[in-house]
Amino acid sequence: MKYQISQKVENLAPSGIRAFFDLVLGMKDVISLGVGEPDFMSPWHIREEAIHSLEQGFTSYTSNKGMPELRKEICRHMSHRFGVKYDFDEETLITVGVSEALDLVVRAILNPGDAVIIHQPCYVSYGPVVELAGGDPIVIQTRVEDGFKVTPEQIEKAYTKKTRAIMLNYPCNPTGASYTKAELNALCKVIKKLDLLVISDEVYDELTYDFDHTPISALPGMKERVIYMNGFSKSYAMTGFRIGWACGPKPIIDAMTKIHQYTMLCASITGQIAACEALKNGTKSVQEMKREYNRRRRFVVSGLNDLGLTCHMPQGAFYVFPSIKNTGMSSMDFAQNLLKEQKVALVPGVAFGHDCEGYVRISYASSYDNLKEALTRIGEFLK
Amino acid sequence: MDEILEILSNNARVTPAEIAKMTGKSESSVKSAIKKYENNGTILAYKTVIDQDQLKGARPCVRALIEVSVSPQKKVGFEAVAERIYSFPEVVSCYLVSGAYDLLVVVEGENLQTVSNFVATKLSSLDQVRGTATHFLLKKYKEDGHILKKKDDDKRLNISY
Ligand SMILES: Cc1ncc(COP(=O)(O)O)c(C=O)c1O
Repeated sequence: MKYQISQKVENLAPSGIRAFFDLVLGMKDVISLGVGEPDFMSPWHIREEAIHSLEQGFTSYTSNKGMPELRKEICRHMSHRFGVKYDFDEETLITVGVSEALDLVVRAILNPGDAVIIHQPCYVSYGPVVELAGGDPIVIQTRVEDGFKVTPEQIEKAYTKKTRAIMLNYPCNPTGASYTKAELNALCKVIKKLDLLVISDEVYDELTYDFDHTPISALPGMKERVIYMNGFSKSYAMTGFRIGWACGPKPIIDAMTKIHQYTMLCASITGQIAACEALKNGTKSVQEMKREYNRRRRFVVSGLNDLGLTCHMPQGAFYVFPSIKNTGMSSMDFAQNLLKEQKVALVPGVAFGHDCEGYVRISYASSYDNLKEALTRIGEFLK
Repeated sequence: MDEILEILSNNARVTPAEIAKMTGKSESSVKSAIKKYENNGTILAYKTVIDQDQLKGARPCVRALIEVSVSPQKKVGFEAVAERIYSFPEVVSCYLVSGAYDLLVVVEGENLQTVSNFVATKLSSLDQVRGTATHFLLKKYKEDGHILKKKDDDKRLNISY
């Protein structure tokens, strides 16, 4: 039978990366620096709470927006940590990871032909979710000389009358770039002038090493134009629980909830209970993991620079984004050859945008011994 | 805790050069900090954690936790009797504790007999020792923060965005 596939899906950029991923997934004894999730297991007290909830029989649906207790805990956290006040009932939605929140928000705000500014390199779903929602992604290419940060001038240049929103991700996957309060203020000036919404993916906020993280909605006059997103996957090492959240203006949260209730109904109750425990008692674990990532960050950056792969110091997340330009290889060739010759896996830059050639993403969410061995092997490979 | 100590307490084999990279300090300042900790007794020893159960063909070995009640002495309190006890090489650990008894002593020996002998002839016979209760260890699950089990394999996919 000939199957019809929707034109929109057909048009999504085919992923040449898929074949490479399959190669890695089928290979044994690989040292992988290609993993986009923490190497820590979820802290035991969180797992234990989830187990307990199952024993108690918490196996039902929750309200569409998510358990009130979790939403209240999130709003308390936002207010306590950042001084941003959100209403738990009207301005907060629990989602199946930040992934779902990203999809919901663009579907909630876009009409056909509307445009959304995204930056590249960026997390792989940004372009596709905009396209699936009928919008046009407009790409800003961030530059190594700007520390892979979006600049106000770039936003102004990318803007058209059709532009509704800009998607930001900081600290950024894959570059680790983040913004100081002053840098955010400079961006906000332009964003206000152009009357844009900001979709802000701050899922790596707890993993910010060189300065305090500032949510963009905490800046004066920004709360009304920001849909803030965060989740438990990275900070609390809870990727498998699939819990995220969005906070934002009531009309947008209402619209997102409408889609969510028909397509997802609610996030898993086990995950929500675990997330609640994470917020209540997880601070210490988060800080311990952060200190460990920070040591690995310095170690890997210094190791890569010693090998001649120049690499800026990322300010957050658990990735470094070294340049491989002086090897003369494309990022895909580099990744494939390194895998074949030394059994080290990493993600080629092209995975994060057409124009991200010349770089690779290395994840340091891997044990210190693995990182050390991988650096040795990369050294061998470069000889 | 100083970050250098934190790193070494997790893995004593990390070199000063590597610690320097991890912490952003210079190698010489890491080296001198470690020297200082060694000299002032903050760092007492570097050791390897071994899962004895994995040692095939090694001499069998039993461990006992012994609750020891003692009469404290004038002026020196528990210190003198504790020293008498912990100086025996058979004693692996020795703690002064609150509660129903005074010293918790961990003793290691080749078999039940040697440990029982030690308790009867060396420990109970001390003048200040009023009584003992011996608990033989049957299985070790976790020791000094280390779970005594080979680490589970990484359950993550080898590559993801
Ligand atoms: C920038 C970014 N946003 C969102 C996600 C997805 O997170 P979640 O697990 O909350 O769906 C990831 C995961 O890699 C990410 O790197």
